[in-house]
Amino acid sequence: MRFTINGRAYDADIDLRTSILDLCREHLGLTGTKKGCDHGQCGACTVLINGRRVNSCLTLAVMHQDDEVTTIEGLGQVGNLHPIQEASVRHDGYHCGYCTPGQVCSTVGMLDEVAKGWPSHASRDLAAPHFDDDEISERMSGNLCRCGAYPNIVDAIREVAGIASKGRTADEKDAAMASEVMA
Amino acid sequence: MKSFTYEKVDTPEAAVRNTEAARYIAGGTNLLDLMKLQVETPAKLIDISRLDLASIDERDDGGLTIGALVPNSDLAADPRIIARYEVLSRALLAGASGQLRNKASTGGNLLQRTRCYYFYDTSSRCNKRVPRSGCDAIGGENRILAVLGTSEHCIATHPSDMAVAMRALDAVIVTLKPDGDRRRISIHDLYRLPGHTPHIETVLEQGELITHVELPKPPAGKQAYRKVRDRASYAFALVSVAAIVQVADGKVESASLAFGGLGPMPWRDGAVEAALLGHAPTDAAFAAAADALVAQAKGHGSNDFKIPLARRTLITTLRDLTGA
Repeated sequence: MRFTINGRAYDADIDLRTSILDLCREHLGLTGTKKGCDHGQCGACTVLINGRRVNSCLTLAVMHQDDEVTTIEGLGQVGNLHPIQEASVRHDGYHCGYCTPGQVCSTVGMLDEVAKGWPSHASRDLAAPHFDDDEISERMSGNLCRCGAYPNIVDAIREVAGIASKGRTADEKDAAMASEVMA
Repeated sequence: MKSFTYEKVDTPEAAVRNTEAARYIAGGTNLLDLMKLQVETPAKLIDISRLDLASIDERDDGGLTIGALVPNSDLAADPRIIARYEVLSRALLAGASGQLRNKASTGGNLLQRTRCYYFYDTSSRCNKRVPRSGCDAIGGENRILAVLGTSEHCIATHPSDMAVAMRALDAVIVTLKPDGDRRRISIHDLYRLPGHTPHIETVLEQGELITHVELPKPPAGKQAYRKVRDRASYAFALVSVAAIVQVADGKVESASLAFGGLGPMPWRDGAVEAALLGHAPTDAAFAAAADALVAQAKGHGSNDFKIPLARRTLITTLRDLTGA
């Protein structure tokens, strides 16, 4: 079977049962995408297929030979981070980091959905959603963070999305942390 | 996961040609989950994901025809659905996560299986998974399970939010059968109560393919979908209400009410609506409707709370919708 992942063609001789997640991790050496629950409940395996975010664990590779798959490796590389990765670093938007590739891929897909005007459960007016913190939480609910880094993940997304900050900026947080350490 | 053969088809006619021991796969978000657990063990998957069934089209009667492969995300965000069938958009957005809605199809959502713990756990007894094996949900952990329409053999709930709104909207399911016949099935006739055969969930025949869902012209009145669940997002309904109510001259002129989380199918009971029709939209009328809803309800221990919760959820929804 032939696949297009991060703009590159790959050939792989795989079992029909192989998910996109296992294809990437076990056959192509693309281990950035993480396996959490393997049942579509945690979002750690989120990738983009033709630009849409999906759970790669619930996606059979054989069904996507004609599609463009984008994983975390395709979004940013060491020394060339994606803006969402940069914001995550600035805001401490992770702790152990296991959910982070999924959070980043999901954010890319989510912001594209917002740009298209898609509403969410948090939208009072479905025809004209107003993007705010409640919208971020609702739209990212498919990505769990068992370390509980949610406040900082929301801060990072808010910054990339260009929403006026309700909380502290990354610099203010650094200053506060520095003074706590000093104390 | 058990191994299977795989066939990708280009037309609905090709899809229905050879369906023995096969399952159709479109989004696959529920089917693959169940196959990993070997709750589902199809010998063959027929990939229908590339069929030309992903558009939403205007109907002459002012309604819409929704292709069975329209993803839940696209359906929820369609401006025509938002403007005319807000209850459907709201129901879709109350279900699953952004990632799952991007994959899940309209037809697949209708046919998704129960999330009963015992159906999922292959070491438990489940009449739905293994006919005549018994039911460990009755007398077990049944907090999320049904209080209406159950039998002594099964108390599973249907998990869909979308289908609840479609019941309130009198949707019609269009299918193609292996013999080439097409048929139109009212959503009110699609699902079966469990009775002695909880493994038979719909009236669809082996190999019958859902191709479209038709929505009749939008009903008069205001629309709302209210969902009560264990966490604020990305959880199945404990109780949900799809409501469309028209008040004129101080009286309820029309009402369409459907419920999720309560029964083995998206629930609708004409007696609930009859309790409102012709009455002023007051708490007394709402309480009468709620009494009608739960008149036959039966709790199973850990889901007893759903009965008063259903009453309160309906009454609150009707208050909000009518401004009473």
